[in-house]
Amino acid sequence: MDPTEKAIINGLQGGFPLTHRPYRDAGAQLGLSEGEMIEEIGNLLARGQLSRFGPLWNAEALGGAVCLAAMAVPPDRFDEVAELVNAHPEIAHNYQRDHELNMWFVVSTDAPARIDQVIAEIERETGLGVRAMPKTREFFVGFRVEV
Amino acid sequence: MLDAIDRKLIATTQAGLPLVAEPYRALADELGLDEAEIVSRLGQLLETGAIRRIGAIPNHYALGYTANGMSVWDVADEAIAEIGARVGALDFVTHCYERPRHPPLWPYNLFAMVHGRTRDEVRAKVAEIAVLVGPAARAHEVLFSTRILKKTGLRIAA
Repeated sequence: MDPTEKAIINGLQGGFPLTHRPYRDAGAQLGLSEGEMIEEIGNLLARGQLSRFGPLWNAEALGGAVCLAAMAVPPDRFDEVAELVNAHPEIAHNYQRDHELNMWFVVSTDAPARIDQVIAEIERETGLGVRAMPKTREFFVGFRVEV
Repeated sequence: MLDAIDRKLIATTQAGLPLVAEPYRALADELGLDEAEIVSRLGQLLETGAIRRIGAIPNHYALGYTANGMSVWDVADEAIAEIGARVGALDFVTHCYERPRHPPLWPYNLFAMVHGRTRDEVRAKVAEIAVLVGPAARAHEVLFSTRILKKTGLRIAA
């Protein structure tokens, strides 16, 4: 990754200007022209180093709901259970982790009431208990990945 | 609350902003609005928190941050507000939440996600958190992800 790409990733994880020519204005701060900004961002997107460039929407503020959940899945049933869980379109992410609670997934729905329904469906389909871990408080993170 | 135009704006920008010199005007043209309205709505949505931020959304894995550690902490309830705020303020913590305990299997109530290029790098960062938290945490662990079973973007109905 060259210094220009690093500058864009490190310098632009927020604060993109709400102006008539935002790529020009953001580029001015990073020492890049408007054309370079547009081209470099396009390259980073094409290579998958950026997932997206634009607004990061907050599902909960939009009326949706998100809930982390965990299961202790017997190792010999792991793949079968992963398939049952992932078949639900409301499952946004699912990770295997090294703990007795070895399957961790995020349920994301348009309406808060759907969360409990999806969890109940998964419990019925798998015959396993699901531990819901909704966030009770969110602490501010000023996250910037440094490359 | 969000109105129908906000909803359309969400649907139109979910894949990202247009990569053209005047992206807000391009959005305005697509939605049949004027640029000033798009800019003012985006500003409002940022202010209310419906948009967390506007800019580059990095893909940790593609950037080499392949070690993903969920550090979890059993913090005394009366200390969690202060401890959580301090842990969340660390620049390598990407998410920081209080969540319910599920004893006895799960005594932890504070979750701080840490990414790194290697597991050792993540462990070193978790050690920094441990110093910061001090005796307020009775126990902690790091759960590394060993496999991504599913990963899709947030889907918001228009």
